[in-house]
Amino acid sequence: MSMNNQGRPSAPADRGEMTEHPTFTGNKALQMEEPLLFETGRTDICGVDLDEPEDFVPALGAHARKVELDLPALTEPETMRHFVRLSSKNYAIDAGLYPLGSCTMKHNPRLNEKMARLPGFGDIHPLQPLSTVSGAIDLIDELAHWLVTMTGMSAVAMSPKAGAHGELCGMMAIKAAHSAAGRDPKVVLVPESAHGTNPATAALLGYKVVSIEAREDGTVDPAAVKARIAEHEGDIAGIMLTNPNTCGLFERDIIAIADAIHEANGYFYCDGANFNAIVGKARPGDLGVDAMHINLHKTFSTPHGGGGPGSGPVVLSDRLAPFAPLPFLRKDGGGTTWVESETELKDGEKPFGRMTAFHGQMGMYVRALAYMKSHGADGLRQASEDAVLNANYVRVGLEDLMSLPFGSRWCMHEVLFDDSFLKDTGVSTLDFAKAMIDEGYHPMTMYFPLVVHGAMLIEPTESESRSALDLFIATMRDLVMSATKGETDRFKGAPFHAPRARLDETRAARKPVLKWERPEPRKVQPEAAE
Amino acid sequence: MRYLPLSDADRADMRARVGVSDIDEIFVDIPKSARLDGLLDLPKRQSEFGVERDMSRMALKNVPASAVPFFVGAGAYKHHVPASVDHLIQRSEFLTSYTPYQPEITQGTLQYLFEFQTQVAALTAMDVANASMYDGSTGTAEAVLMAHRVTKRNKAVLSGGLHPQYREVVEGLTAMAGDTVESLPADPNATEDILSQIDDETSCVVVQSPSFYGQLIDLKPIAEKAHAHGALLIAVFTEVMSLGLIEPPGAQGADIVVGEGQSIGNGLNFGGPYVGLFATRQKYIRQMPGRLCGETVDANGKRGFVLTLSTREQHIRRDKATSNICTNSGLCCLAFTVHMTLLGGKGLEKLAKINHAHAVKLKAMLEELPGVSVINDAFFNEFTVKLPMEATAVVEALARRGILGGVPVARLEPGKAELENLLLVASSEVNSDEDRDAFVAALKEVLA
Repeated sequence: MSMNNQGRPSAPADRGEMTEHPTFTGNKALQMEEPLLFETGRTDICGVDLDEPEDFVPALGAHARKVELDLPALTEPETMRHFVRLSSKNYAIDAGLYPLGSCTMKHNPRLNEKMARLPGFGDIHPLQPLSTVSGAIDLIDELAHWLVTMTGMSAVAMSPKAGAHGELCGMMAIKAAHSAAGRDPKVVLVPESAHGTNPATAALLGYKVVSIEAREDGTVDPAAVKARIAEHEGDIAGIMLTNPNTCGLFERDIIAIADAIHEANGYFYCDGANFNAIVGKARPGDLGVDAMHINLHKTFSTPHGGGGPGSGPVVLSDRLAPFAPLPFLRKDGGGTTWVESETELKDGEKPFGRMTAFHGQMGMYVRALAYMKSHGADGLRQASEDAVLNANYVRVGLEDLMSLPFGSRWCMHEVLFDDSFLKDTGVSTLDFAKAMIDEGYHPMTMYFPLVVHGAMLIEPTESESRSALDLFIATMRDLVMSATKGETDRFKGAPFHAPRARLDETRAARKPVLKWERPEPRKVQPEAAE
Repeated sequence: MRYLPLSDADRADMRARVGVSDIDEIFVDIPKSARLDGLLDLPKRQSEFGVERDMSRMALKNVPASAVPFFVGAGAYKHHVPASVDHLIQRSEFLTSYTPYQPEITQGTLQYLFEFQTQVAALTAMDVANASMYDGSTGTAEAVLMAHRVTKRNKAVLSGGLHPQYREVVEGLTAMAGDTVESLPADPNATEDILSQIDDETSCVVVQSPSFYGQLIDLKPIAEKAHAHGALLIAVFTEVMSLGLIEPPGAQGADIVVGEGQSIGNGLNFGGPYVGLFATRQKYIRQMPGRLCGETVDANGKRGFVLTLSTREQHIRRDKATSNICTNSGLCCLAFTVHMTLLGGKGLEKLAKINHAHAVKLKAMLEELPGVSVINDAFFNEFTVKLPMEATAVVEALARRGILGGVPVARLEPGKAELENLLLVASSEVNSDEDRDAFVAALKEVLA
């Protein structure tokens, strides 16, 4: 016998014709196909070790389950593999630039995760005696202090669970305030550029939504507000205005708008989704705002988590503070009291009710406070300045090729383009966005705001380095030039390199399949008689 | 600042590129009177170590559930969460992604939402479930509004066994929306006559089982009466683990099932974030609130998932939407789904059985104390104890002895003399014999 002296090849062989071969598994190396857990799971295994309880006499009355729960399980190694493989099909901030306008996809510091998991925060019950959770109340108190200081407002309702829930809370406070004054106005003004949650919230409370058109420069004209007020004289509950607005512009006449609303006995609700642009630069309380929600998951970086959980505390002006919902923190001569029920109220406290069971999103409060303490007053201001500088850097890098609907002017933390640069190219906003996916980017917000055609709203956030922005700008320029040169192939079927090609949303909606069904057992065909 | 990648040199170059010498030139649209020149009156930035030290000190002032014999429930429950759950939800790809607006690069999120919906539908024995609500209480309020849309009526009847804070959330929202709610008085003994409250104007009846007081409720007669009058039955639960052992609401005629999913995969977190579960009948899907994930195919014919039926939602329908909801509880759904995957149906049944066994054992021990009785005959892992004195004082005294011994009903229903001596006690798989012995011994001492 002789040793094999063939050796292991150490240089790639000539690949010949470059072609992509379908694989047996459908996998592409690290990109794995993954079935539904129900398709690989079994009902005779378990991923948790549990001992059968000792014999006992159940006390379920006639309420015991009659049919076994038909849900397959996976063991721990299989569970890890299933969800790790699923995770590989997701884009994430940690993986790349995520310029989703109005969503503020900034870095999520891991310190915040660590703090939220301290047993003293993560493992305490909302109804254990208050004497055993004084540190939790201290934390809420401290976070509330940061929020009212940053916004220049009087009070904050902490409990709303997300931005839209905060809007609801703010508008309920406004409705309660009108009601306490013996008024019942029916109209809420909402600019056309507003987030969909604004009109939906107003409508939920029975308000008539009256739209305000944007003026040519993308902002709201106080004259238009006054005109709507005049049309609905005596019937104005308030206005819901986003500032900076969804076109990425600061509403420069905001004080005049606030004055007009106040003169009409209405309240000014500010959608604080874009607060990230102005933290430490201006305080909403100085702009005439009566209520504003703060998306802790945007400005203060609590993770978006695939769509939640969020947190939407609402800061309130002097006039609305008495109507803040339960529970709230009272600070007076008697120290700090956590007020949970109407029986504990003092004079002047008129909560309109309760937004949620318990105390709100404590896990998010911890993360947001860790973020704030890390930044400090100096870092928060710097973060806003960087977010705005980054957005303008992108704007300047692209404005000669893409189209700015309101002309070349400063933007805040996000820059809005429209699709007129794609006119006659055969490439749509959607096609363009999908081609960005192939280049390794999450697309910007598309078709929103509704006030411009084929909107593309880019929010880079302060988390991007200059080199990351340079590469993004260069990539966008390459895509634009490709589109204008008529290279539609790059766009029409895009994305080509993502885990999935474009999905058929029409089919999904026409005959909705919203859960997995166990396949019917295959029927055995009777032997055909000879 | 460690989270900001721009150096001062970068900033200077970039300012030059955009054409300003001072960053404040960009903020020119902010009215002069409102511009902040100096810094906010807040502390300066801190190192990672400094923040960690400060916040750890704050955390140490609290008593964590795992540190003591712990029997607190009333809508949030202490259960063991496997280590793999918390590891998986911290993967960057899940943690730092957003709502799956671009399905080609968010199949990970979409597939687990589809799996979540399947698990919730199976647990509740309903046709379809959505991709979650903020929590059980807000989900219940949304369910009532949905019932109003379905029945085109606006009078809801709430059982006195509903969690008092859930009741307050429903009452607040429906009152503001101009609807009517009839809330029955607190019903610890489950003796209310809810059937007589249902008439042809009723949109829905809202009943919780196990009730706030721990009692299991037969939903079938309520469903029958509601349906006879064209009303819907909304079945609520605050302890999802009970569904491992008790007849699911879908098998008892419920039209909407809504509840708190925290017990599976999610920690206590002082009350949030939690995960609202929401399920209904196929025929009502277009009236549902919240996000829905559906199956479809991609351009190559491969199976994939997308958010669907979004024409119900605020970003399309604006003031005509079924709800104003935008965010859901994405990451908490993932925690739920991972834990539920590890358990499977059989594992959940066994875990539920352990919970029930522990509660049965504790009940027998407590009933041996003089003057102490348990008012429930059928319950899952929580029951109501009638004490010979005010429960609030007892709980404080127990806490001083290092035992978190339940929730005084009066904390949520204050000012009602007939409820002052009632204590809600929950017992789950995390309680040991030593915990129970310590609890009973301490209670004996406090009552002596």
